[in-house]
Amino acid sequence: MPIDPVTLAVLKGRLEQIADEMDATLYRSAFNPIIAEARDACHGLYHAETGDTLVQGTKGLPIFVGAMAFAVRAVIAKVAADRGLEPGDTFLFNDPYDGGTHLNDFRLVRPVFRNGRLFCWLASVGHWLDIGGNVPGNYNPRATESHQEGVRFPPVKLIRAGVIQQDILDILSANSRVPQSNWGDLNGQLNALDLGEKRLSELLADYGDAAVAEAFGLLMDRAEALMAAEIEGLPDGTYVFEDFLDNDGVVDEPLRIALDMRVLGGRMVLDFSRSSPPCLGPINISVATTVAACYVALKHAFPDVPANAGVLRPVEVIAPDSTLLGAKAPRPVAGYTETILRLIGVIFGALGQARPDRATAAPFGTINALALSGQRGDGTRWVMFSFFGGGLGGNPESDGLHHANNPISTATIPPVEILEAANPVMFTQWALRPDSGGPGLHRGGVGAVYEIEALAPGVTEIALLGERGRFAPFGVAGGGPGAMNAFWWETPEGRATAPMASKVVGVSIRQGQRLRLESPGGGGWGDPTQRPVEAIARDIRLGHVSAEAAIRDYGVRVAADGSVAR
Amino acid sequence: MIVGVDVGGTFTDLFLYDAATGAFRTAKVPSNRGDEASGFLNGLRALGGAASMDAVVHGTTVGTNALLERKGSRLGVITTAGFRDVLEMRRRDRRHTWGLWGDFTPVADRDLRLEVPERTLADGTIRTPVDIAAVQAAARALLVAGAKACAIVFINAYANPANERAAAEAVRAIWPNRHVSVSSEILPEIREFERASTTALNAYLQPVVAGYLARLEGALAEERFQGRFHIVQSNGGIMSTATARRMPVRTALSGPAAGVIAAAAIATAAGFENAITCDLGGTSFDVSLVAGGRMELAAQATIDFGVVIRSPMIEITTIGAGGGSIAHVDRGGLLQVGPESAGSRPGPVCYGQGNDRPTLTDANVVLGRINAERPIGGALARLDVDAAREAIRRHVGDPLGLDPMAAAEAILRVANAKMAGAIRLVSIERGHDPGRFVALPFGGGGALHVGALIREVGLKAALVPRYPGVTSALGCIIADVRHDQVRTLNLSLDGLDAAALDARMVTEAEAARAVVAEAGLPVEGIETVFELDMHYAGQTHTVAVPLPVTLGEGTTGITAAAVRAAFEAAYSRAFTRLLPGIPVRIVTLRTAAIGRRPAFDLAMLAPGEGASMDAAARGSRPVWFDGAWTEAKVFARLDLPVGSVVPGPAILEQPDATIVVDPGLAARTDRFGNLIIERA
Repeated sequence: MPIDPVTLAVLKGRLEQIADEMDATLYRSAFNPIIAEARDACHGLYHAETGDTLVQGTKGLPIFVGAMAFAVRAVIAKVAADRGLEPGDTFLFNDPYDGGTHLNDFRLVRPVFRNGRLFCWLASVGHWLDIGGNVPGNYNPRATESHQEGVRFPPVKLIRAGVIQQDILDILSANSRVPQSNWGDLNGQLNALDLGEKRLSELLADYGDAAVAEAFGLLMDRAEALMAAEIEGLPDGTYVFEDFLDNDGVVDEPLRIALDMRVLGGRMVLDFSRSSPPCLGPINISVATTVAACYVALKHAFPDVPANAGVLRPVEVIAPDSTLLGAKAPRPVAGYTETILRLIGVIFGALGQARPDRATAAPFGTINALALSGQRGDGTRWVMFSFFGGGLGGNPESDGLHHANNPISTATIPPVEILEAANPVMFTQWALRPDSGGPGLHRGGVGAVYEIEALAPGVTEIALLGERGRFAPFGVAGGGPGAMNAFWWETPEGRATAPMASKVVGVSIRQGQRLRLESPGGGGWGDPTQRPVEAIARDIRLGHVSAEAAIRDYGVRVAADGSVAR
Repeated sequence: MIVGVDVGGTFTDLFLYDAATGAFRTAKVPSNRGDEASGFLNGLRALGGAASMDAVVHGTTVGTNALLERKGSRLGVITTAGFRDVLEMRRRDRRHTWGLWGDFTPVADRDLRLEVPERTLADGTIRTPVDIAAVQAAARALLVAGAKACAIVFINAYANPANERAAAEAVRAIWPNRHVSVSSEILPEIREFERASTTALNAYLQPVVAGYLARLEGALAEERFQGRFHIVQSNGGIMSTATARRMPVRTALSGPAAGVIAAAAIATAAGFENAITCDLGGTSFDVSLVAGGRMELAAQATIDFGVVIRSPMIEITTIGAGGGSIAHVDRGGLLQVGPESAGSRPGPVCYGQGNDRPTLTDANVVLGRINAERPIGGALARLDVDAAREAIRRHVGDPLGLDPMAAAEAILRVANAKMAGAIRLVSIERGHDPGRFVALPFGGGGALHVGALIREVGLKAALVPRYPGVTSALGCIIADVRHDQVRTLNLSLDGLDAAALDARMVTEAEAARAVVAEAGLPVEGIETVFELDMHYAGQTHTVAVPLPVTLGEGTTGITAAAVRAAFEAAYSRAFTRLLPGIPVRIVTLRTAAIGRRPAFDLAMLAPGEGASMDAAARGSRPVWFDGAWTEAKVFARLDLPVGSVVPGPAILEQPDATIVVDPGLAARTDRFGNLIIERA
């Protein structure tokens, strides 16, 4: 008997609840703040044979929804090659070419058996703080091959029939600057898998294996139908859009992300063939990552489609290995976030051409991965690593949001007080950045200013992997661009900036010296000369827009008392 | 005599209980939005006047409404140089996981957030002493700019509040009122945004709540009230009005919390430990989950995007669908009910107070579900059915091409679907099987709709309390007195100075117990509950570790071994794997003093000797079900005897509520006088 709609709805809720609880378990038990506070992690249930994403938690990092299926497939291939899979096994790996993203993202994949047969996979991914390589935190903007970025693990059995393999733990421990943090995170991920296994077996006991398996299929079919309906809402045609990355950190030349988006009925082709070739520096991405990024962009444009693999059935992604979006080993990939953010923006741009009434201007478009490190007075090593926020784009509904996270994540920023409690640094400014939102009828959200003083007695090493230092976040429908990224640090000779703009490595500051990051705002939406003078006057009063910028960008007159007129 | 008072948007409900005789009385009077005090006093007069009461316990929505409608006071913030944007930058989140639209306006404008030179480091070291002259200048500037309340939030003040205290003293010397909230007093806990938000919202509410309480206290004094006046907190405990003035942020969910306390008690007594409480008010529908007999408490709540309160409170889901919700056809030709509401003034069309746009209540009246001749609350003689039908015809029927009856039924269906959606949110979408839950409607209107909720969501049954309209007021009577305190300690478990920890716990406990004792309500005893937030060094999140100790003769008897054992037990429960070898840290001490109120026997609410089917029968009247008029039997609900069963279709009436038993369902009366409505 087929499942009735109410039971299907209940199962959907309970399955998502399992993934949500796995997410929450890892957030709460993880050691490094990138997981615990910034939620750079994800959990889900995956198809026994295809590895397709069946269910993902509602809070997990969006970019992993598409990528995790590739990770599970890598394990399926490994199992097929080795003919070895037993209940109680758990695989561990971080290979970015097989599973997407970058070396810091450690995946644990565990089979769930029912009556001696594989029922589905549970998987967990989380961003570990450090896994060797040239740069603490692994965002090495000068890497030219994967081996300089860190240690690469292919899928290996961390747990073999319930027995944890100490030799693998020892290898992991020897290859990180912060082995204890990694060990804590690993245990958190194992906690999450244990919990998922327990909850899933409770669910199967309640509803039976057959009903749950049927629900998996129905939920994917439903997602596919919803996505196809959304695509049908776009006029048929080909839409062309492109944007650029500043450079790859090694060669100072811009890199093109070009999209030809073809829409026909309920199907869509996203063709990136005209993009730049693979690059020397670490901003290549694998096909798995490209597909995952397309999913993220489409899900933001059509928020109501569900989070499972069915969504991608009506969409074809073309990213040949002749482009930096289809890179193979050992092309360096640590900066993958920058490339996918530009790719997502390009999809927004093309969708905006298809449906100008629903256009969203470019978000700030860089994660600004900043790693500060050094030795404490007692000789122990410290690494402070965080990503920073910026403005979202203006849109038909509202001004862009100030100081938001990137579309690829739902990460919250670690509190200043947590960062200062854990590291010898003092923030001297944590503020919104005036004049950084793109002008428009609906202004882009503003970025932020983060200024940090080194408290450590010795040197504080700096590594930054950022973007948007040369190409500003674009506006749409007549809106202007947001401000670009900016970064400087103090030296005895004064303030220094990096030749590669927002990619910095091999520099340091001393106790009492400061560094400063100013992040981009979002692009504007609509004609700025149409923005009501009251809104402009308010922006000036609040300091989000200076009087000079208002005169320049909005074509208004500003009186000494702050009143605004056209 | 103690009276519970629940001031809702439409009605003020009261429950009077005489502990000496075990007698009780209820009352319902109209609320006056903006002048809640008058309804409050009218209600007390209906119960014999304030002078005869020993205590008044109040569940209020004044704070809730001020937050939701952004009608708090003009707020100024004084903060550490470099950090004025903490409130507006939030935790760098966005509104929705998927979709990037929407912006955010903080409760204090950027030009009213001023910075002063001062800095404390994470270890508590004062790096820069606070510049008092700058603080004074900032306070004066805020006053000139019209600020009515002031929040002081310094970075790392949880680690050492000295700078913040000095600034607070300087501001309080200048500030013309008591509305100064200081982060180390409100929430001395690490994480600057959560602390800043909670502190700012506290200040934002202070003038509103203090003004409201002053009006009530003034009016009570005029009525020669000599007893104690208390407020229900969002965590379901009671506090004094003095505490409420200091910490109004703890009233954010005061009204709903009172109802959920009573609902949990009623459901558990009736043998249902899983219940979904449904409060259909004039403007909103609030849903909360009671699982295993316990209401769920969250450590913090997001009232709206970026509006975060960190303080224990009940989990509640609210949608904008109430009896006063206005039905209209939108530009896309779709029938919508709410979120716009006619409230209690002017109220539904049938009230005849000037509104001519149809509401959910109007649909219920037109369909014969509400008795137009005997309106709830007693303020109106009768309801104007013809005006309601005309409004439905004009605003819903004609645009949709439906006759007025079909249009009224359509309004009901849309509203039912919205309510069912809210119930799904808290049950199905959190993995609870609705088939194991009963709907527990309270407020005046919920019981009109439970039939549809049982059907649409697949709930097991509905449990309608004996006095659904006064459930929140009843909750005020049975809630414990409670005071929570939090303090960040940051201690290592290795080499723990247990004596110093003990001294700290004793200090915290005595302070919390004093607050409970000062509240002055009779309690059977004050329990002290200690909890440590602990983790392995390196983790940022913590595990709540209940300590198996209580306050004895000036000591808790805590030892390092007991703390370790409690931590390992709690960690294992939460995560299965311990991490031997990694040092353990104590981050925060949470202390709750709970004054247990005397047990309240719900059986006293049960029907008396005179109850019988004959006494309850009130004939019948036509009611519109599924496209046709059906003759439904009518009963006086309070006269139904224990064990009686009424098959649907039937209407059960009582002074504070109307219960509709749909065809195919039956209503049975249990030994507490509750109605259990289930499939016949």
